[in-house]
Amino acid sequence: MKFWRLPLDAKDHSIPQGELVIIKDRCKGCNFCIEFCPNQVLKESSEFNKKGYHPPQVTKQGECVNCNLCEIICPEFAIYSELKTYKELTSEDILNYSKKFGA
Amino acid sequence: MKIRHRTLVPFDPQSTTRLREEQHGLHPDDVYLKPGRIPHIWCPGCGLGVVLNTYINGLKMAGLPVDRTAVVSGIGCTGRVAGYLNMDTYHTTHGRAIPFATGLALVRPDLTVTVFSGDGDLFAIGGNHFIHAARRNINLKILCVNNFNYGMTGGQAAPTTPVAARTTTTPYGNFEHSFNLPFLAYASGAVYVARWTTFHARHLVTAIAESLTRKGFTFIEVIAPCPIGYGRPNKLGSGLDEMKFYRENSLVQNDADPREADIGLKGKIIVGKFIDQSRPTFDQVYEENILKKFTRSA
Amino acid sequence: MSTPGILTGEFFINGDEASAEGAIAAGCRFFAGYPITPATEIAERMAKRLPQVQGLCLQMEDEIASMAAILGASWGGAKAMTATSGPGFSLMMENIGLGMMTETPCVVVNIMRAGPSTGLPTLVGQADVMQARWGSHGDYGVIALAPSSPQEMFDLTITAFNLSETYRLPVFVLGDEVVGHMSEKVIIPPPDRIPLVTRKRPQPSPECYLPFQAGDDLVPTMACAGDGYHVHVTGLTHDEQGYPVITAPVHERLIRRLVDKIRLNAAAIIRTEDVGLEEAQVVVVAYGCTARAAREAVDHLRARGQKVGLLRLITIWPFPEERIRRLAEQVRAFIVPEINYGQMVYEVERSAQGRAETVLLPLMGGAIHTPQEIVEAAEEYLS
Repeated sequence: MKFWRLPLDAKDHSIPQGELVIIKDRCKGCNFCIEFCPNQVLKESSEFNKKGYHPPQVTKQGECVNCNLCEIICPEFAIYSELKTYKELTSEDILNYSKKFGA
Repeated sequence: MKIRHRTLVPFDPQSTTRLREEQHGLHPDDVYLKPGRIPHIWCPGCGLGVVLNTYINGLKMAGLPVDRTAVVSGIGCTGRVAGYLNMDTYHTTHGRAIPFATGLALVRPDLTVTVFSGDGDLFAIGGNHFIHAARRNINLKILCVNNFNYGMTGGQAAPTTPVAARTTTTPYGNFEHSFNLPFLAYASGAVYVARWTTFHARHLVTAIAESLTRKGFTFIEVIAPCPIGYGRPNKLGSGLDEMKFYRENSLVQNDADPREADIGLKGKIIVGKFIDQSRPTFDQVYEENILKKFTRSA
Repeated sequence: MSTPGILTGEFFINGDEASAEGAIAAGCRFFAGYPITPATEIAERMAKRLPQVQGLCLQMEDEIASMAAILGASWGGAKAMTATSGPGFSLMMENIGLGMMTETPCVVVNIMRAGPSTGLPTLVGQADVMQARWGSHGDYGVIALAPSSPQEMFDLTITAFNLSETYRLPVFVLGDEVVGHMSEKVIIPPPDRIPLVTRKRPQPSPECYLPFQAGDDLVPTMACAGDGYHVHVTGLTHDEQGYPVITAPVHERLIRRLVDKIRLNAAAIIRTEDVGLEEAQVVVVAYGCTARAAREAVDHLRARGQKVGLLRLITIWPFPEERIRRLAEQVRAFIVPEINYGQMVYEVERSAQGRAETVLLPLMGGAIHTPQEIVEAAEEYLS
């Protein structure tokens, strides 16, 4: 979908802002969360956890929209997100959205 | 006869204390997990953890309290699911999860009983029990994790192994035709039939929640990666690669004809909710047609 | 329709039907079975009677499923039973092992016919005695009862339920085709005269509860599904909290308790019927339908003044080895008629420790011993 401008009812909508919690020592490095995060918020870290895997780390702080996909796709119960706040919808967000998902 | 016993090592109540104290409660879903049991035994990249996770989220979505649920599982990697869930769980014999659950569900109609097991357990050694429980429409929620092989014993062929797939017991490629599980479930009488892969975690949560609220015999097949037992001999890459394969090759077709849902080694995988119908359950029919004939004695 | 709940009074019924009535009187409300001669009448009686007492009789797809279903029903809190004969008993062995490992109270009635394999489906045998003791793989203690009459089919089915609820294990009623199909007068007492035992349920809060921690009687309390204890029940070796632990010390602790809870309580479990043992020179050891011929033979010899006794095994497992050991010091010979090629006789011979002769009167199945052949065998050892 592609937006030409900020919708007139933009004020009625908002973007949830999540904060990710990573339980590093539970991670077995499957990379599901990193690969399937719709906003590519995560990447593999260079540090080793107790098991010898590289747990994910948050790279784009503030881009997590608390969709919880990482939480439900993690086989190890090693990551979850908490809703922090809601962000107003701006023209910039709409532009980014169109860039990402537009035709 | 005299017996000279070895000295018994007494039970140490502190044996899981460290795991409980250091590990339990770090994640909000830990309340659904038995204290001191995580980490689970499954390999990195295995899909079973995803299915366990989505089951917990399905329970939450369905609003089902854990005290009103029970999970019965058979043997194999998937059979270990029961041991991790913080509810009444029964880890039974190979293939016999369904008849065990049948007895449990029939004497406790107030409980929602889920049978969580693998493709080999449910459809090879337990195949007969599956079709009969479906025929009777026992109120059971079947979650079959299909990873196309016997993972626990080291990657042998299963009744779901696609033709040409290599396993340790089909070293020249599997030459047997495999089961189409949704079609089998539908033909046997299941009232709800769906198939998703572990990549479709969100659909899977919804499907599990839906099946938990349906009355009768429901069946969800979850295609899951087994990078060690199945992925490696078939050069499918890591668990993540198998997940990417599901993303690229799954066709979501709700209401698809289950007859068309065969799975090949590298072909498309049809996923979706195939059947959602209603049919009187065993308990309902028994209550209506039999028990009502007799007055309840004091 | 009028509801005949638990029956009371005198009835002319066969042993199979008496067993079904015993189960209902014992509080059994779930039966799962598969048709098999000569035990089918139990399933048929249950199918008719259980709905009348708001219970459920389920015909499963096979005996494997029947055994699994009664374990599930038992964990649901019900008293549950299945009934079968040799071929079905063989199929049940897998889940009998699960029942032993998970300490699940239930009753398995085996109306023995002659085997192996399909053998003589309609004719008598007693060759499942050792299978009942050792049939499932691994070590565990067992309790098996051997009724000799329809009345005992009723009484001992109740006893079997009480023992299974007391010691938490599948208990066997080893009937045979003769006793199962024989019709006799069966007296069913009023319900308040039938003592019943119900499994011990846990007291502590779920946080402190250890589902497989036993007290001095070696039997843990049982939290059933829906009780809020969130118990994990597994056929894997498990520790006191029910978690799988795959180590030798935990296995030693668990299996020793499974064996010892029967071995150390044997004196309280074992029941025999004794006839003229005090001064006997020859003792006939018999069980099931064979004990009827043995009784006739012993009565006949005693009427002639001969010092012959009968030790009728009501409990065949655990075996009354201490009784045999003490009797062996006084008697010349044990005569063991069995409808098999020698099973219980090994236990008798082992317990006699060479102090008395042990004589087997085997019969391969399909017929019963005549009192005459038992008399003749005993006479060889009488002065």
